[in-house]
Amino acid sequence: MNKAETKINNPDSDIVISTKDLTKCFGSFTAVDHISFEVKKGEIFGFLGANGAGKTTAIRMLCGLSKPSDGEAWVAGYNVETDPEQVKTRIGYMSQSFSLYEALTVSQNIELFATIYGMTPQAIKQGIAQIFQALDMEKEKNTVVKSMPIGWKQKVAFAAATIHNPEIVFLDEPTGGVDPVTRRKFWEQIYRVSSEGMTVFVTTHYLDEAEYCNRVSIMVDGKIAALDTPAGLKKEYDCQTMDEVFRKIALTAKRTD
Amino acid sequence: MGIFRSLVVKETLHVARDKRTVLITLLMPLVLLVLFGFAISTEVNNIRVVAVVDKHTQATRQMLQQLIINEYLTFEGQTSHSEVEELLKTGKADAAVYLHDDNGKISSQIVVDASNPNLAQTYSVYIQGAMAGNLDGPVLTHTLYNPQLKSAYNFVPGVMGMIFILVCAIMTSVSIVSEKQSGTMSLLIVSPIKPRTIIFGKLVPYFILSCILLAIMLTMSYTVLGLPFSVNFLNVVLITLVYIILALSIGLLVSTLVDTQVSALLVSAVIFMLPVILLSGMIFPIDNMPRVLQWFSCIIPARWYIEAMRKLMVQNLALSYVWSEFVILAGMTIIVLGIAVKKFNNIR
Amino acid sequence: MNNTIEINNLSKSYGKLVALDDISLSINSGELFGLLGPDGAGKTTLFKILSTLMIPDKGSSSMCGLDVVKDYRQIRLRVGYMPEKFSLYQDMTVMENLRFYSSLFGVSIKDNFDLIAPIFGQLEKFPNRFAGNLSGGMKQKLALSCALIHRPEILLLEEPTTGVDAVSRDEFWQMLGGLKEKGITILVSTSYMDEATRCERLAMINTGHILKIGTPTELVAGLDENLYNAVAKDMFKLLTALQKMPEVLNCYTFGATLHVVGRNDFNAHKVIAQLVADGIPDAKIYPAKGDIEDLFIKLMENNGNE
Repeated sequence: MNKAETKINNPDSDIVISTKDLTKCFGSFTAVDHISFEVKKGEIFGFLGANGAGKTTAIRMLCGLSKPSDGEAWVAGYNVETDPEQVKTRIGYMSQSFSLYEALTVSQNIELFATIYGMTPQAIKQGIAQIFQALDMEKEKNTVVKSMPIGWKQKVAFAAATIHNPEIVFLDEPTGGVDPVTRRKFWEQIYRVSSEGMTVFVTTHYLDEAEYCNRVSIMVDGKIAALDTPAGLKKEYDCQTMDEVFRKIALTAKRTD
Repeated sequence: MGIFRSLVVKETLHVARDKRTVLITLLMPLVLLVLFGFAISTEVNNIRVVAVVDKHTQATRQMLQQLIINEYLTFEGQTSHSEVEELLKTGKADAAVYLHDDNGKISSQIVVDASNPNLAQTYSVYIQGAMAGNLDGPVLTHTLYNPQLKSAYNFVPGVMGMIFILVCAIMTSVSIVSEKQSGTMSLLIVSPIKPRTIIFGKLVPYFILSCILLAIMLTMSYTVLGLPFSVNFLNVVLITLVYIILALSIGLLVSTLVDTQVSALLVSAVIFMLPVILLSGMIFPIDNMPRVLQWFSCIIPARWYIEAMRKLMVQNLALSYVWSEFVILAGMTIIVLGIAVKKFNNIR
Repeated sequence: MNNTIEINNLSKSYGKLVALDDISLSINSGELFGLLGPDGAGKTTLFKILSTLMIPDKGSSSMCGLDVVKDYRQIRLRVGYMPEKFSLYQDMTVMENLRFYSSLFGVSIKDNFDLIAPIFGQLEKFPNRFAGNLSGGMKQKLALSCALIHRPEILLLEEPTTGVDAVSRDEFWQMLGGLKEKGITILVSTSYMDEATRCERLAMINTGHILKIGTPTELVAGLDENLYNAVAKDMFKLLTALQKMPEVLNCYTFGATLHVVGRNDFNAHKVIAQLVADGIPDAKIYPAKGDIEDLFIKLMENNGNE
């Protein structure tokens, strides 16, 4: 397959993530079992599932960090298996542990990630000015990350993951253990970037946060058991909250640990 | 006793299940002994010598003959004074001997490539030795205890001094600190058992492992490396056991001072391993060190241990000759173990 | 039985950082008490002091009537502690872990199995699996079994549900209910607000201070006043619009809706009219029921004052 063909046929398509029968096996264990779904540009897509349902494995494949055993996935127009490097430059990733350099200051951290993503010095300067303004962090620019409260670190990690203006940002449980006020401020950031056209792919254990997503998928035993808008899911499963929906679906799991 | 037993069983499980570490721990002393014993040799062979003779006489010919037949020297021929420097510079010769016959009395000068000072010193000694028979006032060096000047003899005590610090200090400190990091240590501490029991439960498996290592290394030394065997080896065992307990105490002390496995490893390696290698007399003779370092070497346990081992294993002396080393090591053990246990108790 | 926990004016600092600032709390015998607060609130420090791992700078505390500093040896026999990271030996099997912890306390598994049976049940199927290979939910059950094996009178559980999925969390709280019925006092910390209602009483804690103590019902009483839901198709636009209005004290996301805390002059009809004028024609506003999370946000925004 040559480079030109790996690009999605229709570049104007508003589909930014598309998987077809994406599968990952570890030995005889099928962690991700033929999942197919699409995510549209600018969408906030909630990727839910119980521990061990296969979320992390799926995200690793979508980010080009792990090769699928079967099926295929297209992210930002590129095939994750044949063009992982192209995929990586078009996405941002923020993990639970925030992955910041604690000894560096806020702006040093962000500059570092911007450089890693290959931004020009001028673009970095501009991007940082913009992001500091958007996050209201002008005063904390030269603070060393280590001494900051967790809510600030979360903000900085998010800024570092989105400084290169990626098409899609993957957030892996970004709000674990954070107080309710900070958690909400973080979701306001997500709303903001989504309204600016960035696609947000997010996992969480807080099911009230699932309500903030445009669409939600729930993984059970490596398969996608349900995928719809929160309102649609609540109607389908006859529940008042996403929490109830999740419990109903997750209880069908057969995989024992 | 039930609690103590299950602590030891638990600790043994940790060690035994970490197959890679066990393998490395058991193989390392073998590899080090073989390496130092055979491959890395400080003995000098094939010193390439050239000679500059201004006038041939009976005496000078005889002297040249001495150089030619010596098994440690390779005589590369005669040359002129002007070429000597070039030969030494290009590394085609290691030393040059100038001979001058002054009415039947030979005066000589040895020029050595001193780019490696240790070697240069050895070269000149060897060459002097080769010429000795024909010089006035012959110098006869008779080497006692290690007549063949085998470097293996010298390194066995050094390797032993290093291995026990490595196994006991590093492994114990890393294992205790890893329990601190995983949080299991806090559960041990909030259980009704005494800190003392926790400590000894930790140390016993590593003590046993060290004893196995000691058996392996002694067997190697007395068979493959051919150190002289006698009943004195019981004294070797005695002193080594004291040294092992000292090393375990050091590991314990380190673990009370640091909080992460990486720092435990670094502290043990930098504070204990490097001085053992550099300052204990294992490689560099203590007498050649600057005064300050000589004083400093006194607080390094391995220095005393290695000295005692040399006397016991190489010289085959009786225990009474290493009395002072024994007392120093035992004293250090009591002090370090005392501080470590006290610090550990303070954790509550 | 006197399984009470008394905490009087406890303070603890690490250098400049104040972890606990003059905290007082009293927990009744046989109570299921929750400690609710985000990371860094001081929960861990409080647990370390209660489990006798740390000595407080100021103040005193007692468990089962025993002083945590003086009588720490007796306390250790009567308290079960499950630290945040579960503290299992990853390279030992399920049974080896349980056996080891039972021997630490000098008890036999058989004598006390009845207490842990409902929790250990699922683990019995694979006694020889290494603890490191268990899922989060299973690890949590094994750790709880190990903490209970000596029949403690007080159980200290530090963030037992962090990183565990909703279904396992549910099961876990049911198990705690069962243990409470046996008379065990349970102090459990969590950062999940939705778990708060599972406790009989709870203390809300933030930055080393207790914000409020009470039963879940007491705590949320009176919160409904001037609290409204707001929805529209474009939630982000709605949120920013509402946050800018003078009659709105606070507005934040709350599940499928936004929660709006109004000032006294808040009038839903007027606000809707304003929103429609601002270009959000489908905006709806209707009264909301406040819960613990609303209270937490309110207390945090006001630095602990209502």
